[in-house]
Amino acid sequence: MKEILADLNTWRAEGRQVALARVVNVEGSGPRDPGAAMAVSDNGDVIGSVSGGCVEGAVVAEALDILETGERRMVSFGYSDDEAFAVGLTCGGTIHLFIEPLDW
Amino acid sequence: MSELYDRLREAIVDERPVALATVIEGHNAGAKLVVEPDGYVLGTLGHPELDRIVSRDAVGELAAGRTGVRHYGAEGQARETDVSVFIESFSPPPIMLVFGAVDFTAALARAGKLLGFNVIVADARSVFATVKRFPMADRVMVAWPDEVFDHYGDRLGPHDAVCILTHDPKFDVPAVQRAVATDVGYIGVMGSRRTHATRLERLHEVGVDQKGIDRLMAPIGLDIGSRTPEETAISVCAEIIANRTGHAAPSLRDSEGPIHRPPAEG
Repeated sequence: MKEILADLNTWRAEGRQVALARVVNVEGSGPRDPGAAMAVSDNGDVIGSVSGGCVEGAVVAEALDILETGERRMVSFGYSDDEAFAVGLTCGGTIHLFIEPLDW
Repeated sequence: MSELYDRLREAIVDERPVALATVIEGHNAGAKLVVEPDGYVLGTLGHPELDRIVSRDAVGELAAGRTGVRHYGAEGQARETDVSVFIESFSPPPIMLVFGAVDFTAALARAGKLLGFNVIVADARSVFATVKRFPMADRVMVAWPDEVFDHYGDRLGPHDAVCILTHDPKFDVPAVQRAVATDVGYIGVMGSRRTHATRLERLHEVGVDQKGIDRLMAPIGLDIGSRTPEETAISVCAEIIANRTGHAAPSLRDSEGPIHRPPAEG
């Protein structure tokens, strides 16, 4: 989260609504460790990253939804036949993200 | 409203260690604690006992530099899983002390910044140790090794690095002497194998024991045939990473023959 703090501050100063997505757990091979963070503003701007680029698009969609509903939640991405995993990690691991509005 | 975020941000910007604990599953998802090493706690997870246990654990995780999920009962009980808490440690950046304001220093300082180090360049010669020559360093000190270690020695730990590039016994002998007296994770010393052999004699004379000598990565860097200051900086940084992770990598210290040899045919 360190590396996105400066941008987060700018967004907050501009009064934007922001959703914060953080990697909290990685199973198997994953591109980023727990603590990797990405933030999405209400107009769809993105800072930071949570994977090697595999799931960022899906995270943006989740984040925008969370900004609308205000409901924080866990979201997982991984290699699976389950249709719930519309987006996968090519490396074969699973990452668990906690996504929430930055309202604290 | 943004009290937690502001407290967290302030600590990170000031480069003070701080932990953020967030309930990610269970009752009160999203509830947070900001925890500092001295026991200062801001926020609540919804139950005083859970707050007490999680903040205690957060101080421990922070000291170890760990980030991850822990599970608790609703009132902080161990071996229960009602509540999952993500404890994120924010540690100040590791320190890289570079002794000697030489050609290689600028490249190493740049590579050190790339890896997230707080880079301090030191040399006793004020003509060479200037911010103008090392704008990428976080700090340039005109100082002898003793002064630098008086200031930073106690702060050095397993994630920090000392790189001694001076080639000058009156500078590198005291630098090694003080470096081996710290808990620093990496000590690299530049110079040819012959220079290092003479240096070892001097180090023995001033009382550096074998345990201290064994910590020295000298000649500094991995044996990857680097020649330019930039290539050498990469080989040093790669050695620092390998040293920290314990993974196998070919250090110059463990090889023989010339450091700079012509590229293999083929």
